[in-house]
Amino acid sequence: MPEPVIELTGICRDFPADPPVRALDNVTLRVDPGDYMAIIGPSGSGKSTLLNVLGLLDRPSSGSFRLDGIETTTLRDGARTRLRGARIGFVFQSFHLLPHRTVTENVMLAEVYGRHPRRGRLARAKQALEQVGMGHRTGFQPGRLSGGERQRVAIARALMARPSLLLCDEPTGNLDSRNTEAVLDLFDGLRSQGLTILVITHEDEVSARAKRRVRIGDGVLTEQE
Amino acid sequence: MDIRDLWAESMAGMLARPIRSALTTLGTVLGITTLVVTMGIAATAGNQIVGRFDELLATSITVEVPQSSRQALVSWEAVAELRRLRGVLSATALAQSDKSSNLVVTANNLLDPTQVAGQTLAVVAATPNLQATTHGRLLAGRFYDAGHIIRRDRVVVLGEQAAAMLGITRLDHAPAVFINDRAYTVIGIIGGLQREQILAGAVLVPPTIGPDFGLKNVTRVLVGTQLGAAELIARQAALALSPNHAGELQVIAPPGPKRARDGAQDDVNGLFLILGLVSLIVGAVGIANVTLVTIMERVAEIGLRRALGATRRNIAAQFLLESSLIGLTGGVIGASLGTVAVVTVAAVRHWTPVLDIRLALAAPAAGALVGLLAGLYPALRAARMEPVDALR
Repeated sequence: MPEPVIELTGICRDFPADPPVRALDNVTLRVDPGDYMAIIGPSGSGKSTLLNVLGLLDRPSSGSFRLDGIETTTLRDGARTRLRGARIGFVFQSFHLLPHRTVTENVMLAEVYGRHPRRGRLARAKQALEQVGMGHRTGFQPGRLSGGERQRVAIARALMARPSLLLCDEPTGNLDSRNTEAVLDLFDGLRSQGLTILVITHEDEVSARAKRRVRIGDGVLTEQE
Repeated sequence: MDIRDLWAESMAGMLARPIRSALTTLGTVLGITTLVVTMGIAATAGNQIVGRFDELLATSITVEVPQSSRQALVSWEAVAELRRLRGVLSATALAQSDKSSNLVVTANNLLDPTQVAGQTLAVVAATPNLQATTHGRLLAGRFYDAGHIIRRDRVVVLGEQAAAMLGITRLDHAPAVFINDRAYTVIGIIGGLQREQILAGAVLVPPTIGPDFGLKNVTRVLVGTQLGAAELIARQAALALSPNHAGELQVIAPPGPKRARDGAQDDVNGLFLILGLVSLIVGAVGIANVTLVTIMERVAEIGLRRALGATRRNIAAQFLLESSLIGLTGGVIGASLGTVAVVTVAAVRHWTPVLDIRLALAAPAAGALVGLLAGLYPALRAARMEPVDALR
């Protein structure tokens, strides 16, 4: 049996307040390579906290998180950052493209940090853009693109570093239904190429496309059949 | 992270807001310009003052000969000996006393009640090469020579003011002046004295005529030297003039050129250096302020970079480099403007611009340092940001 991409065991995350808030309560989750999973839940349910923990942006208060078999909770800041850059591709609701840079430069940003060869970077960026169907917009600045195009550029950037996990936070939250459809089709294509995708959403249309659905409520995870 | 990537990201960050970056450099530009101009003008002016000293003072030595009743300390002939010293261009012996300084001189012996007939003038005995030593110019006639001296001719050369006071403008009728009721032929008028300008109001007589007015002994020796020889000649002059009584002569030498330069620079530098440093500090505060604002605006970008694998060190390095580049730009512009200003001022005043090449090179480096220091705190703030907060 292959090593799971994500293995959460008894993860808790408390925020200091009076009384303390428990955003994640004893979460256990296993995501295997090639899984396409949706995490659904209303706002305030702990979705964002779970995403931050999964993206190595935040540390859980207790429990164990193994990413590709590597125990992350004991890693120091620098090692977690390197692991994040190498293994996780992020797709955000608000795209997070740099406004003054071209589409290609935005995609190439994924290889600026960490140990990536500079040689062939432009070719790899163009290939990633082709993969998301944006090969015809390489010299554009993000301000001249539609929302759906921007999100596809952001996905190309996430794919650029060849991550083992694509972590998407409300990827269609700012898109109309036609663009949503295009992005979801793209996810289906990437899934069929073997990429592990984890989407956090509150839209049923998005979660319906995923193979696995997990509902989160008050920090407690329940897998839906 | 590759250093070239760091460079490219910082350049892009700076150029993304070109107008803001340009305005941010202004403080550094002003500071560096002030510093370069201050140092450049001080060096240029200092050099210039030394240049003027060279012409007038730096080659002039005066030897005062105290009067003793027993004997002459310096003979008239000794001055010729002095000229054998290497570096002496000309030497002139003068004799003047309190008594000879107030003699009534008249241009004719007519008694004209409407005019002041006599002028009180100084009579000075001088050796013939006075013209060369004082850089004077003969306005009319000629100077007396060795022949006049040997023959004891009763001739005088008038200083330009003395001639004007006596109403003598032309020499073609061989005018005479009367001193102590004796007539002396005026053979020349000397003017344009650059040294011993007081002699312009004097009546100059050959040394052999001097005794008529009680001027037997040399009282003063004027020496003109080559550039740079003054210090050496000042040490040798007394011994050459009077080997037996060298210690009694008083040699007045020009100040060394080094001291002149330092003195000139000290006056100018202090105030303006402080001004330049204050502008630099203001510039640094400006850079710090704008960088801080920029970082607050770019929180989302910082979060994105952290998500893409940028370490805290990567983030700090990028913002430090950005502020250093802004400082460096200001330094380069400031150094250029300052150099242009120094050259312009020098050109307008017909001076030779003097600028230390190390200063011109150090100025941009100083600008970069200012930017680096100003960026320290903002860069630290950016690096300390938690990615979760930055992405929210």
